[in-house]
Amino acid sequence: MSEPVAQKTISVEVNGTTYEREVEARRLLVHFLRDDLDLTGTHVGCDTGNCGACSVIVDGTLLKSCMMLAIQADGASIETVEGLGADGELNPLQQAFGEHHALQCGYCTPGMLMSAKALLDENPEPTEGEIRRAIQGNICRCTGYVNIVEAIAAAAEAGR
Amino acid sequence: MTETATPTSALVVEEQETRPGFIGTSVPRKEDRRLVQGEGVFFDDVKRYGMGFVHFVRSPYAHAKIKSIDVARALELKDVYGTLTGDEVAILTDPFFEMSVPPGSEIKDYALAVGKTRFVGEPVAAVVAATRELARDAAELVEVEYEPLDPLVDARRAQDSDAPILHEDAGSNVVWEGVFDWGDWEGTVAEADRIVRIKELHFDRFSSTPLECSGCLVEFNRGTGQWTMYCNHQMPGIGAIWMAPALRVGTDKLRFVTQDIGGAFGNKICLHPYFVACCLLARKLNRPVQWTEWRTDQHTANAHGNERWFEETEVAVKADGTLLGFKTHAIDDCGAFPRYEPLGCIIWAQVTPGCYRWQNVYVDFTQVATNKSPVSPNRGYSRMQHLWFTERVIDIVANELGLDPVDVRKRNYVKADEFPWTTPNGCVYDSGDYARCLDIALELVGYDGIDKRRRDAESRGKLLGIGIGSTLDSGTNNFGQSQLLNPELQFSGNNEVATVKLDIFGEVVVTLGTVPQGQGHETTAAQVVADALGISPDDVTVRPGHDTYWNSHAGFSGTYASQFAVTGLGAVKGAVDQLAGEIRTIAAAVLGGVPEDAVVLEGGFAKLRENPEAAIPFMGIGAIVNANNAILPEEARHVTLNCRYVYVPPFEVPDTERKYGNLTLTYASQIHVCVLEVDPETGAYEIVDYAAVDDCGNRIHPQIVEGQVHGATAQALGAATHETFTYDEQGNLLTPNFYDYHVPHALDMPPLKTGYIESPSPFTSLGAKGMGEGGGAGIHAVCAALQDALRPVGNPIVYDSCNPPHRVWELISNPAESRGRISVESR
Repeated sequence: MSEPVAQKTISVEVNGTTYEREVEARRLLVHFLRDDLDLTGTHVGCDTGNCGACSVIVDGTLLKSCMMLAIQADGASIETVEGLGADGELNPLQQAFGEHHALQCGYCTPGMLMSAKALLDENPEPTEGEIRRAIQGNICRCTGYVNIVEAIAAAAEAGR
Repeated sequence: MTETATPTSALVVEEQETRPGFIGTSVPRKEDRRLVQGEGVFFDDVKRYGMGFVHFVRSPYAHAKIKSIDVARALELKDVYGTLTGDEVAILTDPFFEMSVPPGSEIKDYALAVGKTRFVGEPVAAVVAATRELARDAAELVEVEYEPLDPLVDARRAQDSDAPILHEDAGSNVVWEGVFDWGDWEGTVAEADRIVRIKELHFDRFSSTPLECSGCLVEFNRGTGQWTMYCNHQMPGIGAIWMAPALRVGTDKLRFVTQDIGGAFGNKICLHPYFVACCLLARKLNRPVQWTEWRTDQHTANAHGNERWFEETEVAVKADGTLLGFKTHAIDDCGAFPRYEPLGCIIWAQVTPGCYRWQNVYVDFTQVATNKSPVSPNRGYSRMQHLWFTERVIDIVANELGLDPVDVRKRNYVKADEFPWTTPNGCVYDSGDYARCLDIALELVGYDGIDKRRRDAESRGKLLGIGIGSTLDSGTNNFGQSQLLNPELQFSGNNEVATVKLDIFGEVVVTLGTVPQGQGHETTAAQVVADALGISPDDVTVRPGHDTYWNSHAGFSGTYASQFAVTGLGAVKGAVDQLAGEIRTIAAAVLGGVPEDAVVLEGGFAKLRENPEAAIPFMGIGAIVNANNAILPEEARHVTLNCRYVYVPPFEVPDTERKYGNLTLTYASQIHVCVLEVDPETGAYEIVDYAAVDDCGNRIHPQIVEGQVHGATAQALGAATHETFTYDEQGNLLTPNFYDYHVPHALDMPPLKTGYIESPSPFTSLGAKGMGEGGGAGIHAVCAALQDALRPVGNPIVYDSCNPPHRVWELISNPAESRGRISVESR
């Protein structure tokens, strides 16, 4: 039996830019984004897939990038928080998070924004219950979620 | 819990006095733009060429002798840079200083375990490698031979003759003990109509678990012998006091740098053991080293909140519900090492009588070490435990004497016209109106209709309960309280620093001494500066974070203990007022030698009050002082436009004999009311209505204040309903990650209704009070509501601060057990 492959070269598109890198087979996608590509907006808050700080969108699907190996993303198109705005302009969600004080320390914010984006992409007019359900995989220890829910509702409203 | 109701906006209960300017308005937060774009800089985002990643080898035993450590196999791995063991630490460093008197002062605490381990997860060695993954692999190759010892898990057993001793140097598990005796307990007993006795109450172990774990990137400069730590330490002043002597250097050799911090809540005050290990490694390996704590490690081995038992409590009451005094024996469990403790043995005394007019208080307080994670300040630190106790006492007394908990509170609250009010131990409550806050909270939950809702719940087979949590957030410590603990300690007062300068092109730049973690310091500091200089917050740059090199800090600098609105903004106000004076000095000289008070600052110009056409822009003033000063008359040449101000609150050293004195400057108050429904079949319950009313004096930025109220309430509800650090008999933590330790998610949060009043503090420059820690009220309110709900099913007593459904079910299924904790003596 041959040795398992320990390294692999992968090609990943992140926020519209294609990166080709050799990675360890066991490298988590979140560490690939943060350490290899220096896209440090995606955060790590736990080691069990519970907190959602590392949420990104891979080929249109919201997922936690600590629960996926970088090599599994070979050929994928990934959206991270750095790609939300365009040319320094904030998108409606980012705008609403600021206006509604939906962030304090800002550590959960990138993951929260990506979960909110995934929700609004699929359901542009969510109810409050649907908003809460959409972000229940994202832990925030600062806000009690009150203003986050308000901000997502406001961004949805603005997008109508 | 419910997910349907829309959180209401703040209930404005009174017309505010109009304050001109930006203070008191919710201007956009300066921090947000970078944070919503993922452009914040947290310590783990910082990289250095050739840096190595640190992984700690941790003890699997709660209590064990370390027979040997062998790192050879780890070092054989390619790209492993080096290791550190407890034996090296014992040679290269001195133990961290201890605050206690004997026996606690004899405890030896090092960066790594030396000779034995005292809690599961205690670091015994460290490995540095080229990647995080490799460091973890290598750590598994470190061979540690242990000889397990019996663990001590239950603090109540700590003084038993057969209890295992954690610290042989101390010879006892007692860290500190003392008696607090204020008023006249014996006389109080004689005067009382009833003595209510409560056998045991327990405040559970939990922590705020900030989402960003702890860590640092440490560089050692061999040429200067200095370490730079890019980190998330929230109290570098105290951190340096611990670290420098241990490393046998001066504090000038330690540079702390922070920018964005992903929450801290007190849990990032005691990082010095880890940081010292990283400093030793950076020096030993001559390369930058980076340590990022794993979530499981944070839960297991960083810092928990204090667990506290209240034994054999006696409450002296008149028949009409007038509270005369209480007596209790508190046992506080600080885990394996005291560290910031035993300050918690004193800090509760900031709020000795809670919100009440109690005059006679006797507390016998003992803090002990156990084989569990060390503790640290945790949002509400030490006061929360005590205030939970006082609120439990109120509701138990009301329940046992058949009195209305609302009436008992209103009868005994400090009254609005009694402020400033001096507590039996000499603390001065500055301002407030607790009864009014309670009325607002009750109105928010529709208290008038509560009986109808109770019947409605009954018709659905549910038990409805309503409970009140009254609490105080004492802010701005007088560190002189440490002398009540140990009269030899040379700490007293408090201080904070800010520097405000006007630079060469007219830039207004603020440098703080604080270490913000989400509280919006950049924004509120800019509001204060803008108002003083007649400009907009947009014109003000506030440097994010903290850097020792800015020289804008003092011994107590940091962000902790609800004090920024007082100390941080007090320093900003002092500095900007100085700068405004200097701007006037230059303008007066340049505009023709007029008196300084003829100059006003407006719109980025210094103008003559009587002739606004005669004006000079700030840019001109900055340029003259910085680059064109030969044009200035001699009497204006001292001006630097770089004003550093140290805010020092008006404290005195407390009387250590009587344990008497003012321990904090401000007292924000929070009154919460919780309405919940219990399913008596299962013990599951749902919070169906919730109100939080806050009074923190003048609100600098109402949106930020409200955000703190929401967040603190969420943390309290988590602690009341689920969050617990539970250990098994062998000292293994059973809730070491977010799977097992359930913090509130978006679907768990009940609808929150908020209200506020503003009782300005007479003791602070802006009339503001610190207010970030007030959420403990949620724990009290949930406990009270459960007690109320369960009255029809045997009237059990809620005796624990954390009540997951299984505990509620136990109360329902065996009410006699908890009832047995209570007795009432009529006199």
